[in-house]
Amino acid sequence: MTTTRDRDARGRPLVAVTGLGIVTSLGQGKAANWAGLTAGRSGIHAITRFPTAGLRTRIAGTVDFVAAEPFCAPTLGERLATLAAEEAVEQAAIGRPGDFPGPLFVAVPPVEVDWPQRRALAEAASGGVTYADLLAAAATGRFRDWHDLFSFGTAADRIADRFGTIGSPVSLSTACSSGATAIQLGVEAIRRGEADAVLSIGTDGSVNPESLIRFSLLSALSTQNDPPEGAAKPFSKNRDGFVMGEGAAALVLENAEAARARGARILAFVLGCGEKGDGFHRTRSSPDGAPIVAAIREAIADAGLSPDDIDYVNAHGTGTPENDRMEALGCSAVLGERMRGVPISSNKSMIGHTLTAAGAVEAVISCMTIANGRLPPTINYRVPDPAIPLDVVANEARDASVRFVLSNSFGFGGQNTCLVMAREPRRATTSTSPPGTRGRRRPTSPDSFRPPIRTADSAPMRWTSPTARPSTISPSGWRTRAHTGSSTARASPTTRSPPPCRRSGRRPPCR
Amino acid sequence: MTLRPVVVTGTGIVSSLGEGPAPHLAALDGHVPPRVDAERFAPWLVHPAVALDWDRQIPKRSDQRQMEAWQRLGVYAAGLALDAAGLRQDGGLKARTHLIVAAGGGERDYAVDGQILTGLRDAADPGAFLNERLMSDLRPTLFLAQLSNLLAGNIAIVHGVTGASRTFMGEEAAGTDALRIAEARIAAGQADIILAGASYNAERPDSLVLFELGGYLWKRPFAPVAERPPRGGGLILGSGAAFLVLEAAEHAASRGAEALARLHPVPSGRTRRGPGDVRASLRRLWSEAGIGRDAAILSGATGVADVTEAELAAIGELAPGARPVLLGDLVGHVLEAVAPLGAALAVAAIREGRAPEMAVTILGHRRGEGVVRVAAAR
Repeated sequence: MTTTRDRDARGRPLVAVTGLGIVTSLGQGKAANWAGLTAGRSGIHAITRFPTAGLRTRIAGTVDFVAAEPFCAPTLGERLATLAAEEAVEQAAIGRPGDFPGPLFVAVPPVEVDWPQRRALAEAASGGVTYADLLAAAATGRFRDWHDLFSFGTAADRIADRFGTIGSPVSLSTACSSGATAIQLGVEAIRRGEADAVLSIGTDGSVNPESLIRFSLLSALSTQNDPPEGAAKPFSKNRDGFVMGEGAAALVLENAEAARARGARILAFVLGCGEKGDGFHRTRSSPDGAPIVAAIREAIADAGLSPDDIDYVNAHGTGTPENDRMEALGCSAVLGERMRGVPISSNKSMIGHTLTAAGAVEAVISCMTIANGRLPPTINYRVPDPAIPLDVVANEARDASVRFVLSNSFGFGGQNTCLVMAREPRRATTSTSPPGTRGRRRPTSPDSFRPPIRTADSAPMRWTSPTARPSTISPSGWRTRAHTGSSTARASPTTRSPPPCRRSGRRPPCR
Repeated sequence: MTLRPVVVTGTGIVSSLGEGPAPHLAALDGHVPPRVDAERFAPWLVHPAVALDWDRQIPKRSDQRQMEAWQRLGVYAAGLALDAAGLRQDGGLKARTHLIVAAGGGERDYAVDGQILTGLRDAADPGAFLNERLMSDLRPTLFLAQLSNLLAGNIAIVHGVTGASRTFMGEEAAGTDALRIAEARIAAGQADIILAGASYNAERPDSLVLFELGGYLWKRPFAPVAERPPRGGGLILGSGAAFLVLEAAEHAASRGAEALARLHPVPSGRTRRGPGDVRASLRRLWSEAGIGRDAAILSGATGVADVTEAELAAIGELAPGARPVLLGDLVGHVLEAVAPLGAALAVAAIREGRAPEMAVTILGHRRGEGVVRVAAAR
C-alpha cells in the first residue's frame, strides 16, 4: 500500500533520484565536476584528437582521459556511459553487480561508419573509390566486428549486458534534448508502475572531423578559438555559437516509496517533465517561442508547481544567438517579470554542449546544485546582452538555497524537453516540509531577491573535490560537510528592461 | 492503475509492393510475388520502394528537397496514416498528437565519400585533406537529412504533428519498443493519441556495407526467407515505412473515429542469444502477449541462420499447424519498420476478416525480441 507521502498531487508515484554519475571534459565523477563547475573552470581546449587544419572551429570539450578501443564515437560514447552508470549505480547501492533491477533508457548519438574505418575498407580499391569497393571489402569478412560497432543498438545492448538491466533497452534520440528524454522515459515507466527503478543515461563522445564540420557548416559553432576557454559565452551579447563537448551522465531513478523501503538515500526528486514539438523549421524555433513556453509550462504543471516556485533555471544556454534569445523569451513568458530575479546559468559555458548527453549531464548538475546549495556560474559573461536582462550567475558560483530547479533542453527537429527537479516534493500545507520551503512566493524585484533562509533541516550536502576542504564520506557515499558559504545572493548584474525578445531577422540556424 | 484499451484508428504503409493496405493484403493472400531488384546492387538484392508521387503527401518541393529517401518514405506513410484516421483537417488534434518514431540515420553523399576516399590515398596530409574536402563538399543541409530524429522533425513540419516526438534507435527492437511504449503511455493515460512508426530505405550502398560487414546479407539468387538458413542464411533488405495512429479507445470514440483494431500491450525483451535463448524468449513473450489459439501469425524472420530457424521452430511449438506468413517474403527486411509494418498489415488483415487476431513476431537479426498482438476491436 503506497502512502500518500510518496505520491504526487495526481496520485502518481513520486520519482526519486538515488544515484548520479557524470563524466565531462572537467573530469570523471561528481567530485571532480562539481569542483570544476563551482570554480568556474572550463574544460574546453584546443582539439588534439585529430588535425584541425583548415577548420573554422578548432576547439571542443573533448574527454581525452578515457580510452576506448577501437577509438571511435560509438566506443567512446559507450565507455563514457558505462563510467557514469557505474558511479550512479554504486551510489544508489541498488541490486547486485551486473543485476540492476529495472530497465535502461540511454540517449546515444546517431551512429555511422567513421572515416578511419571507411578508409580501411577503401584500401584494396584501385582507381577511383566507390561504394562498390567498400562493399567488396566488407564481403571479405575481415571486418566482421564493425557491423556491431556501427549499429545503433549496440551501445545500449552492451550497457544492458554489463549492468544486467531488465527488458529491451531503449536507445533514443531527441537531438540535443536526448538526455532529458531518457530521464522522462524513466519517470514515465515508474509512474506507470512498470518499474520501481530505472537507469537513465545520456552519452556523447562524437567529436570527430565530420561531426564538427556538420555543425560548423550550419554556422552553429563558436569560431573564437583563442583562448579556447573563452569561446562558450552563453547569454553574452558577443556569443557566437556553441562549443562541442563530450561526456555522459547517468541517473538511478526510483519509485520513492520503494527507495525508502530499501533504505536508499534520496538525493532529489524528478517532479515534472514537459515536452512540446515545434513544426516551424528544422533548426529554428517558432518565432513566438510558443513550443518552448509550452514545454516549460508543462514541466512545471506536471511537477504540481506554479512558475513562482522555480528558484533557479539550469539553462539549455548553448551560446548560439538564437537559442539564448529564445530561451530567455520562453522563461520570461512563463515566469513573468519575476524571471529577472531568478538565477539562470549555463553549464555549457564550461563544459561545452555535450549534445546527446546534455540533458542528462545538466540534470545531474541540477541535482548537485540542489544538494550543495550553490549555483554554478555562467562563465565568460563579460558583455551582457541587453536583450537578455536575466540574472545569469555571472562568472562566479553563488550560494543559494534551491528547492525547485527547471532544467531546459532544446534540439534540432523541434525538440523541447524540460525537467523540474526538487530537493523535496511540494507538500500540502499541512505537510512536514522544512521551514521556509512551504508555499513561499518570491518577491518579483531582482533587488529584493533573497534566497530562503537555510535551516538545519535543509542544510545542504556538498560534493567536494578530494583536494578541497576536509570532507567526510557519508555511509551513502556522499561527501558532506557543514555549510560555510554566504547565504546572500549578489544582485543581478543586469537589471535592465524586460527582454523585447522579438525575432529580428534571420539568424544562424542554431539551437 | 486502470489501463485503457488502445485502438488503431489509422495506418499508413509504403513498401516495394505499393502503398496502403490493398497491395499488402494481396501479397498476404499469396496473390502477388515480391518485387526484387537484383541488378542495381548486384550481387546484392533489395526490395526497392515503389515509385511514389511525393506531392500527394509532401506538397512543398522545398520540403522534399530537404529530405533524403528514408525521410520522404516515412513522411509519406505518416501522412497516409493521418488521412486514414481522419486527422488531416484537424490541426488542433494534430498539434496534440505525440510521435514515436523508430529510425536509424540517413543517407550519405556517395559521390563525395568516393572522391574523398580516392583523394585520401595520395594526400600528403590526410587529416588536412579530409577537413578541406568535408568543409567544401558536404551540403550543409545534408546533416539534417541524416539526423535520426529528423524524420520526426519532418513529420512535424510537413503534417503539423507537434505534440512532441521521441525517436528510438536500435534496429528491429526500436520498432517494437516504439509500439510498446506508445501503447503503454496511452493505456496509462500519459497520452491520448500517438502516431508511431518507422521508415527504412534499403536502396543505400552504406546500408548494404553495414550489413555486409557482419555477413548478414543474402547474395545468391532470390529465395524465400525460410529456405535461406539451410544454405548459410541471409537477409534481403527492403525499403518500407509504416505508421499507426494509436488512441485510447475512449478518445477515438469521443471524436467519432472508427477503431480498426485493438493493439494489446507489446511485450519485448533482450536475450544474450545463447543456445535456447530465442526459443525461451519467444515462448515467454507469446504468453505475455496473450496470443489466442485462432491467431494468424505474421513473422518478421530475417532469414539469418540460427535465429530464423529458432523462431520458426518456436512458432511451430506455440501454434501447432499454424502457417505463419513471413513479412520478409512480402517486402524484404525493413529493419526498424518490421514491427510497425507488421502491425499495420495485421490491422488491415483483421479489418478485412482474414483473422480475428494476429501475432506479429519480431526477432532482430542481431538482438531484441518482441511479439505484437493485434485483435479485432470490439
